[in-house]
Amino acid sequence: MPRRTLGVIVNPVAGMGGRVGLKGSDGVEILRRARELGARPEAPGRMAQALKAVSQFQDQARILTYPGQMGEKSCTLAGLPATVIGRTEGEETAPEDTRRAARQMAAAGADLILFAGGDGTARDLYHAVGEEVPVLGVPAGVKIHSAVYAVTPRSAGELVALWLQRHLLRMRSSEVMDIDEEAFRAGVVRAKLYGYLQVPEENRFVQNVKAGGVVHEAEALQGICAEVLRAMEDPDCIFAVGPGTTTRGILQALELENTLLGVDVVRNRKLLANDVTARQLLDLIGGNRAKVVVTAIGGQGHILGRGNQQISPEIIRQVGRENLLIVATKEKLVSLGGRPLLVDTGDAALDQELSGYTRIITGYGDYVIYKVGY
Amino acid sequence: MSQRRIVYPYIPNSVPEIKAQMLKEVGARDIMDLYAEIPDELILKRRMDLPEPILDEYSLKRHLEEILDRNRNCDDHLNFLGAGCAQHHVPAVCDEISSRGEFVTAYVGEPYADHGKWQALFEYASLMGELLDMDVLSCPLYDGPSAAATSLRMASRTTGRNEVLVPGSASPDLMAVVRNYLGGIGEPQVSIRTIDFDPGSGLLDLDQLRSAISSNTAAVLIENPGYLGNIETRAEEIGEIARNAGAEFVVYTDPISLGVLAPPVHYGGTFACGDFQPLGMHIQCGGGQGGFIATHDDMRYVAEFKDLMFGITETVKEGEWGFGEVLFDRTSYGSREQGKEYTGTTTGLWAITAGVYLALMGPKGMEEIGRTILQKSQYAARQIGGIPGVRVASETPFFKEFVVNFDGTGKSVGEINAALLDRKIFGGKDISGEFPQLGQSALYCVTERITQDDIHTLVQALGECCS
Amino acid sequence: MGRDRETLLRKYHQARWDEEIICEMDVPGERGILVPEAEAGIQEAVGDGTSRIPENLRRKQPPALPEINQMRVNRHYMRLSQETLGTDVNIDISQGTCTMKYSPKIQEHVATRNPGMAEIHPLQDESTIQGILHVYYQFEQFLKEISGLDRFSFQPGGGAQGVFTNASMVRAYHASRGDHQRDEVITTMFSHPCDAATGATAGYKVVTLMPDDTGYPHVDAMKAAVSERTAGIFITNPEDTGLYNPQIKEFVDIAHGVGALCSYDQANANGLLGIARAKEAGFDLCHFNVHKTFSMPHACMGPAIGAVGVVDELKRYLPLPRVEFDGERYTLDYRGEPESIGRVRSFLGNAQGVLKAYAWVMQLGADGLREVAECSVLNNNYMLKKLSEVPGVVIQYSEEKRRLEQVRYSWGKLNRDTGVGTDDINRRIADYGIQHYWPSHHPWIVPEPFTLEPCESYSKDDIDEYVAVLRQISKEAYENPELVKSAPHNSAIHKVPAPSIDEPERIAVTWRQYVKKQAAKNSG
Repeated sequence: MPRRTLGVIVNPVAGMGGRVGLKGSDGVEILRRARELGARPEAPGRMAQALKAVSQFQDQARILTYPGQMGEKSCTLAGLPATVIGRTEGEETAPEDTRRAARQMAAAGADLILFAGGDGTARDLYHAVGEEVPVLGVPAGVKIHSAVYAVTPRSAGELVALWLQRHLLRMRSSEVMDIDEEAFRAGVVRAKLYGYLQVPEENRFVQNVKAGGVVHEAEALQGICAEVLRAMEDPDCIFAVGPGTTTRGILQALELENTLLGVDVVRNRKLLANDVTARQLLDLIGGNRAKVVVTAIGGQGHILGRGNQQISPEIIRQVGRENLLIVATKEKLVSLGGRPLLVDTGDAALDQELSGYTRIITGYGDYVIYKVGY
Repeated sequence: MSQRRIVYPYIPNSVPEIKAQMLKEVGARDIMDLYAEIPDELILKRRMDLPEPILDEYSLKRHLEEILDRNRNCDDHLNFLGAGCAQHHVPAVCDEISSRGEFVTAYVGEPYADHGKWQALFEYASLMGELLDMDVLSCPLYDGPSAAATSLRMASRTTGRNEVLVPGSASPDLMAVVRNYLGGIGEPQVSIRTIDFDPGSGLLDLDQLRSAISSNTAAVLIENPGYLGNIETRAEEIGEIARNAGAEFVVYTDPISLGVLAPPVHYGGTFACGDFQPLGMHIQCGGGQGGFIATHDDMRYVAEFKDLMFGITETVKEGEWGFGEVLFDRTSYGSREQGKEYTGTTTGLWAITAGVYLALMGPKGMEEIGRTILQKSQYAARQIGGIPGVRVASETPFFKEFVVNFDGTGKSVGEINAALLDRKIFGGKDISGEFPQLGQSALYCVTERITQDDIHTLVQALGECCS
Repeated sequence: MGRDRETLLRKYHQARWDEEIICEMDVPGERGILVPEAEAGIQEAVGDGTSRIPENLRRKQPPALPEINQMRVNRHYMRLSQETLGTDVNIDISQGTCTMKYSPKIQEHVATRNPGMAEIHPLQDESTIQGILHVYYQFEQFLKEISGLDRFSFQPGGGAQGVFTNASMVRAYHASRGDHQRDEVITTMFSHPCDAATGATAGYKVVTLMPDDTGYPHVDAMKAAVSERTAGIFITNPEDTGLYNPQIKEFVDIAHGVGALCSYDQANANGLLGIARAKEAGFDLCHFNVHKTFSMPHACMGPAIGAVGVVDELKRYLPLPRVEFDGERYTLDYRGEPESIGRVRSFLGNAQGVLKAYAWVMQLGADGLREVAECSVLNNNYMLKKLSEVPGVVIQYSEEKRRLEQVRYSWGKLNRDTGVGTDDINRRIADYGIQHYWPSHHPWIVPEPFTLEPCESYSKDDIDEYVAVLRQISKEAYENPELVKSAPHNSAIHKVPAPSIDEPERIAVTWRQYVKKQAAKNSG
């Protein structure tokens, strides 16, 4: 059996801001302050934790990593022999190092890249390899809004171990999100959806001895799309489809241009506009009947206010709560561990109106009643 | 509560002292403290009105035997009833294995502690696979009709079509199950169109089939041998008509016939289904039924099975067999309402027993029993057909059942069967209500258990009853 | 006094026979059994029998079944039985939601050995099966009293088929009223998967209520779920967590308020016998798993019975035939009303199971059934207390509340502490001679779940012994996690590596399929 090639990348500065209360570590100045406040790199240790679960299958893997804190050290800590490629420049690692490492590993034939970091690191991976090479995040950053991370370092390692044992893993597109750190430090959350990465499904809700569990992600998404398309049979109704992995299949199914990261508008199965702003959307809707399709974006379960701010409070009030179609896979809902879906429209009164038990589309003719909170 | 404190042999903690001690351990003063979550208005405030119990085992045994004595049975009567529940000989080894406590009381254990169960069920599928000459079977279904119904829904999914064609000669009970199973809200989910049959031969009307089949046909179903006993001699042609229209060819068959009759796949069947009760199960008032579905090894089919499938693999010790669930997501256990139909507890013990039966019989046993049944049923039909006024309707070959018509005797099947009963004979099933076009007819079932003397006894009795 | 159950750990090892697959045992020429031949007179009269079969419908090659002598077949299956851990040989508290109670042997013996049961044909004249019809009728009277509903059918061949029957009756009810706009059913995430799946099979869209932090759904979720499109609710109570939803009557009232029917999945009824009934909670339909609550054995997954019950108004939708009694004779009514759903299973269902369940109730009576309920709930709360002291065990939801007959526990803490998960412990438990436990139906909402049901059959000593095993495994997980992760060690077989048997080139559900794929692999 040919061995699989695993890339290992650590963003050593990820998470350094968190322990000293800095809400993120992006930017040289912030890092300097973090170090002054006594922060120490934690990501290498977290990656080592993940790799320990991998080490017993090391004969089935070829490991590629970057020097020192960027991966080599974690491999050593986990007792995992690795081929060190590339070089780092200077004392501090920079986003460019992560991107270069990912590109080189992809070029060297990595089948999967395991990386430790936060939302900034996920963005770097996205820039470097997009959806070409599957990746899996070991959570180490301050901000974990992206949906590309395993729950714990150990569960990331266990998933990689299964993959090395040729367990059939399913890949899914997952959102890369980040918030504007400067605004965040000033107390304002401004989240943006940057793109998608391919991530193996972590079936943590099912037994290992059974091969699958919750219905195949792709099938669940197809079912959700089919259900929304059924609603779209109404020719006069305008549909604004928000971003996210669960919604993006809808435009694909209609064979319409899809902006992936923005809000697209459809009527009678025809595209009205791509990537609209809140203003444009409001104009398009005018006095027409309209429905807005949103999904839980990122790791926290936000359906409004993270990555889809174009769907403004005015628009929601205009179309009415009953015309907000919320779609999500059941697994996504279960993964929230009982926490509600969240709305953060910036309009506290609206947030309150939107909260309560509501119907979520989870498949074709398949719904879950779930709590929305704020 | 009754005056006497009874310690029940099946309830060890009904010993008052132990009960009190456990209540104390859980911090409850009274047993009803443990029911604190149930609102008072939902609590039953009276003693249930049930018969006073028969507490000791011996008295209970007498009680049960007294009730069962009110039944007359097929061991002390000569039995010609079948119609989907046939009295074949049950080998002693089948009884031995099907009454093993380990099997009788096991359930959903994983493939380690229940390795034997997993292997036995894998072997059931493997042996049935040889009999049917097909590669894929799931764990068993409830019975033949449920297997037919699911085959048709599977066919609807594999073809993306929603109409099935079924023969008018099909078992009414089977069709009752199928009709409900394919039903829907307002409109059925899969609609059923019935194709006429020739009452004389029992064969399907192929002209009507040809004109009815369309690009909306998901499947053509036949029974072979049919409910009325006859072999569908043009099965191969029917299969071609189905396949040419892009439809599945679903064949409902009697597994005990397959040592001498070709399995459905040999004449173009894409689904073989049926009931394996003949393979080692006592008739037990219909409690021995079990369903099977077999298909080719094609993911198009494999992914559509609704029941559990046990796949063979090796454990960490090289050369040691182990098992695991295959495509668990298919099932409602894995995916709730998004699974294929629904799955649940069906007939595992009977499937294991059918495996034992096939292992005992081997290729020669299956061939021989098929031949014996053919000979005996043909002999019986010939003898019965010789009784004045009695006609064995079919020119068509049959396997173990055949239709006997009594129109010429001027008597109803009911009258004749009542008279047979006085002679300790259970005559064939009265089908005059199900198939009025066949007149006063009964469906006779002759298995390998029936001897030449038995047949003569029947013929003599029939002669007396009909005259 | 024997050994101390609280510390007892058996030096157990399961039989490990390393048996071949039966298809590997072929010895050409051997015979397992000989079958009767037609008498010479018959052969003379009709010939070989096969010549009447058209050429293309005759079997050309005999089936490739193995040829094995009888002793070897018997030995093989005896060995497989020894590699199976039935309730007869272990403390089967493990399979929560399944109510693995003792099936009294007297019932088994009578049902399998008495020809008045084993050798009666379901199509015999009614006058010749008055005994078994009496049993059907009487057991129906018992279940009417136990549930408060008005009519029952024992035709469904298992619990899920029972729920499907109820879904079919709900469908028939609305159809008979010309009400075709109702296309949704409601269930809860902690109800059995069949409560969702059978509705979908009947053609309904399915709305699922998620539990809130009490462990069961909020009444507001129910209010948000219903509409004029709701045909019915299919719900269990207590849910699989063992928590009784005290607002159940409100749920039923909300459903009735929109014209929907309410079907009660009573698979979890063991703690409720004589305590609380479907009727008082307002249900229109219910079902019992006769193989769980009423002691019919589970038989490696069947035969089984899902007894379905309805209120009078729904009687006409029941499957046919129905057993009727005119005060003297029992009859089978095959005609019923035109609104009947027809059939879900052939003949009368698993009659032998009705006999066993009848016998069981006859031994217990009203007081005995209540004793069953009380002891199962007492056992469960006793076990809950003991297990809450085992390191790594978490009691999910409403920890302060009493549970009824079962509890869905979590090894979440142990998993975080040690990396050992519920699957690992579940393999290890077999090393102590205990059946694998039931983790949870899917999806796993309770992390690292396990569901235990110490029903009335188990003594205090049994429960203590079971808890001692889990305590020991918890200790092992903290001290030597690899020992647990590599389990089982004392079972019939070793660990199956994370199986990737779902890939088309590896799927082998029959021996012939396996052989073909091995050949393809070796040649490719």
